Amino acid sequence: MEENQQSRPIAEKLWSAVVWLAMGFFVVNVFGVIAHVVVSSFATRWLGTWLPAGWTARWYGAAWSEFQLDDVLISTAEIVLAVVLLSVVVGVPAAYALARREFPGKRVLMLLFLLPLMVPPITYGIPLATVLYQVHLAGTMSGVILANLVPTVPFVILVMTPFIEQIDPRLEQAARVFGAGTLKVFIHVLVPLLAPGILAAALLVLVRTVAMFELTFLTAGPDSQTLVVALYYSVFAAGVRAVQSVDAMAVTYMVTTLVWLLIALRFVNPTQLVTRVKEQPRT
Amino acid sequence: MTSGREDPVFDRTVLLVIPGVLLVILLFVYPFLYGFVLSFEPREGGWLQNYAKFFTTPYLYNTIATTLWLALPSTLVNVGLSLPIAFKMRRPGSFQRIVTTILVVPITLGTVLVAEGLLGYLGPQGWLSRLLMETGLLSGPLRLTHNYWGVFLSLVITGFPFAFLLILSYITGIDPALPQAAATLGAGPMRRFTHIYLPLLAPGLAIAFCLSFVQAFSVFPSAVLLGAPAGPTRVISIAAYQAAFEDYDYSMASAIAMIMGIVQLLIVVAVLMARGFLYRGPAGGGKG
Repeated sequence: MEENQQSRPIAEKLWSAVVWLAMGFFVVNVFGVIAHVVVSSFATRWLGTWLPAGWTARWYGAAWSEFQLDDVLISTAEIVLAVVLLSVVVGVPAAYALARREFPGKRVLMLLFLLPLMVPPITYGIPLATVLYQVHLAGTMSGVILANLVPTVPFVILVMTPFIEQIDPRLEQAARVFGAGTLKVFIHVLVPLLAPGILAAALLVLVRTVAMFELTFLTAGPDSQTLVVALYYSVFAAGVRAVQSVDAMAVTYMVTTLVWLLIALRFVNPTQLVTRVKEQPRT
Repeated sequence: MTSGREDPVFDRTVLLVIPGVLLVILLFVYPFLYGFVLSFEPREGGWLQNYAKFFTTPYLYNTIATTLWLALPSTLVNVGLSLPIAFKMRRPGSFQRIVTTILVVPITLGTVLVAEGLLGYLGPQGWLSRLLMETGLLSGPLRLTHNYWGVFLSLVITGFPFAFLLILSYITGIDPALPQAAATLGAGPMRRFTHIYLPLLAPGLAIAFCLSFVQAFSVFPSAVLLGAPAGPTRVISIAAYQAAFEDYDYSMASAIAMIMGIVQLLIVVAVLMARGFLYRGPAGGGKG
């Protein structure tokens, strides 16, 4: 302890300062990036000054009609909703089986579900898009939805399995003892118990799917683009449109994503967006 | 445990896993195998023609070095910065919650938006360049977009929060009684870090490095939008995309995707082997 007190004032404080400075610098830059987009989307003209010459909201109207944002937003909503529903419907029962039953090959299945989350989307997206083109699904809504299910179903399974494991199986057994059938156990016992976990998993899938660029980009046709893919194309074709109009679209995308992120953060821990599986203490 | 194995419900419950398994097999495993086979069926030439073409055409094989040159330094920076910062923030509290919430924003926004924002922010007319010029640190505008640095910085902006949150979750998983015990026995902060935390963190750090690297190696939108996709940032995913959607040569595209996967796998195996080599012993047994 004596040794600690000697070194703490100088070295430790200096080290703390460096760490906080690095963190602060990072956060300031992230805010700078976001603020630049927002400021630019409201600018009449912005060249070579700290702030634009004047302010206007007309770029939002321009972006709305130029990029057909109403169509894009509708197909985004349809795709995201379908992906969320399907991944819950497919993922939760699978997670239930994995959490409640021991069977041969269970570890292999867990690995199978882990792989699509480890391999980056662009690596498996190209063979996947090739197959979807062969069966004439790429370029359609269904193709985009199917491609997006590849990471989201395993995600739901890996989030829900530990969640179901911590629910006491005696609750279901008790209901069975009193004569409830599988359907009744499911509706009256399991659904209420699983609801918080399903809500969290669904919100995480929603946020991830709105922001999923690669898979949608590789499989979408002109009528099945989501907002993030439309944004990519508009930045890619920069120069054709006014910068402000592209920025207005970017702000639309940001607001869509961040609203759902804020809702999600009421129910989940921020680290869950990244770590996927909450590791269980093995003690 | 208490449920009887003879229970007739047993088999039916296991069946619930089937839709999920089918989906992953049909949409993930099958396309991978299909792509693997397709990569050996080139449009012309022998069965290895695609791979031969890739490794003899500088325009193609150079993409591996280009991608590694972006992915390795940015991963090192992201993991290297995350470790001390996450370590400082290991105690849970409202402050930790605020920082993690802020950091989750760039991840959620995704690479396309970050690239779009960085184009303006880092551009010659952007705030960063302006600040450096007006404080006299720089005489001309900063050139950070449409080159290597733009893509590198976009990999840091989205990659650092990812590595940070991952490493933070590993650090908070360490039982605080262990470093406390070491402190009681007279270990200073430095020794506690190198002798307690680091060995316990080694598996987590290796996984964080692998996941961050694999993400950085598959960089695509920012390399196109923020880099110089014809030259210094022509990464391997651009080559694969062009083969598939510009030349419509799906066989070649699959071959490039396979090569991409193999390079990622090689680095991951190298990292995991290095970790086994550096830290061996009971401390590494956190995760199976």
